[in-house]
Amino acid sequence: MSAIYVWIETFKGKAAPTSWEAVAAGRSLAASMNAPVTALVFGENAAAIAQEAGAYGADQAIICDDATLTDFRLEPYAALLSQLVRQHAPSAVIAVASSRARELLAASAADTDSALLGDALNLSADGGGLMISRPAFAGKVLSDASANGGGTVFVTLRSRAFKAAEAAPKSIPVESVAPALTEDQIVSKVESFEEESGTVNLGDAAVIVSGGRGMANNPANPPAGYSGDAAVWKAQDGFTQVLQPLADVLGAAVGASRAAVDAGYIPYAHQVGQTGRTVAPDLYIACGISGAIQHQAGMRSSKIIVAINKDGEAPIFKMARYGLVGDLYQILPALTDELKKRLGK
Amino acid sequence: MRIVVFTRSTPDTAAKVEVDASGKVTWGDAATVVNPWDEYALEEGILQAKNAGGKAAVIAVGPAMHDEALKHSLAMGLDEAYRVWDASLENADGLAYATAAAAAVQKLGDAELVIFGRESVDVGSDQHIYQTARKLGWTMLAYVSKIIAVDYAAKTIKVEKMLEQGRQVITSKLPAVISVMKDINAPRYPSFIGIRKASKAVIPEWSLADLGVSLPANGAKIAAYRNLPPRDTKFEMIDGTPQEQAAKLVDKLLEEKVL
Repeated sequence: MSAIYVWIETFKGKAAPTSWEAVAAGRSLAASMNAPVTALVFGENAAAIAQEAGAYGADQAIICDDATLTDFRLEPYAALLSQLVRQHAPSAVIAVASSRARELLAASAADTDSALLGDALNLSADGGGLMISRPAFAGKVLSDASANGGGTVFVTLRSRAFKAAEAAPKSIPVESVAPALTEDQIVSKVESFEEESGTVNLGDAAVIVSGGRGMANNPANPPAGYSGDAAVWKAQDGFTQVLQPLADVLGAAVGASRAAVDAGYIPYAHQVGQTGRTVAPDLYIACGISGAIQHQAGMRSSKIIVAINKDGEAPIFKMARYGLVGDLYQILPALTDELKKRLGK
Repeated sequence: MRIVVFTRSTPDTAAKVEVDASGKVTWGDAATVVNPWDEYALEEGILQAKNAGGKAAVIAVGPAMHDEALKHSLAMGLDEAYRVWDASLENADGLAYATAAAAAVQKLGDAELVIFGRESVDVGSDQHIYQTARKLGWTMLAYVSKIIAVDYAAKTIKVEKMLEQGRQVITSKLPAVISVMKDINAPRYPSFIGIRKASKAVIPEWSLADLGVSLPANGAKIAAYRNLPPRDTKFEMIDGTPQEQAAKLVDKLLEEKVL
């Protein structure tokens, strides 16, 4: 059988750790499909990352370390992936459904008129065909999907739905290939990149601490002469002075409800829910969030949900494993102190 | 010159969606709304068409229920609406959708920019967006949070994209397909006059034969819809002073092994 390709996502010369989840998913198919797992690594530092992929379970790698592939751009990445798929007809191409992978695998599946099974929560090979389950209708139902016809099947995986293997260093054979496009054939040029420093990526986070409308109940007051909206100041101050320290001690990402984002308490990049990000951490701590159905759509797959709210009737308690009724501005600092003590930080 | 926006009708966000005994997805008598992400795409379509001195067209690929989203779009102020439907598109996957969508854009003939909302919440997918761009052979710019500059004469576009690690500014060439994020604009509400005008609109329906295209043989097939497994409804209230609540919660979280 032809190989199972796994795209290893990289950023600034480093592999995205979620990529190892995709290697593990490829590995789980390898025996039943009788096919090797081939890591695809494009861009800076590809040779070293390929060996890292080997440690996580890849049998071999195809790399292209070329300057045109340093920043992710769809055109050169998709052109190269599509070329490899046409040349070698792999049985599958797998990646974790990050922003970049969603674009890349869909584009290459379109280029090669191949089936794409997206956002898989699980993956199996029954009678040679691939089968997945995926969320639909804002996560309110599941659908089982398979690939029609023949050829390569592209699969994107929900992040954190598959568990990466423990790293076991080994040396794997690597084939180096040339890029499919030269720089003058690529119309998109990256002008600048502004990294959001110090934040943990919501999609990969094992723990998320989120704030909602209740963040505005901060007892701290804006400085004298502050002319803006006091509620906005209070909430912003609460996010940085009270919620962020808790997130720091937990190594957590900071999320927010749509209400908090719309009120200007925190940038949109933090929004969890229907018009924000969908997340599935091990632990989700909802602070001052009532739990509107649009918010639930983004976080209902979290393993343990903790709700902290002054209103014991808030819908978020119906989703929660643990509920704490009270003032988040008293509970969060107490929780931060307790965690520092208990986790020895 | 046209700016083309794609939209669809999806169940109201607050609707209870479930799978009935016959395996069909239902949402009772809840209304459908414009796919929530598309509101931003539709607003951007109106703004970009105005800037360009062109027309804003909206297209839905799907059966007659999607006329509601198209009429909402017209009521917001888009200039013209079309719907693509064919029996062979029943249960179509992203690849089939994209094949039809790209052909519809080509039929209009003079589009320079195609705008999608970030994803469709019913199918829970965005793959059709990127695949439409590839079927057209156009530039794809996804997760756009701002159109910084667009020059239809020079055929260039400069956008800000929102990625997991931060914001990227990228320049590229038109024609292009973009998908937009929520912070790109503040969508308007349809006006009363707009709603009246839209209610009388007759929306042309194009078949695949009208578009002169056939669907690829490969694709994803939905075998079944299922309800979610019941959530573990164990719930524990943690009482006490804030310090007591904190200490008890940490005990529980350590037991759960999530720290």
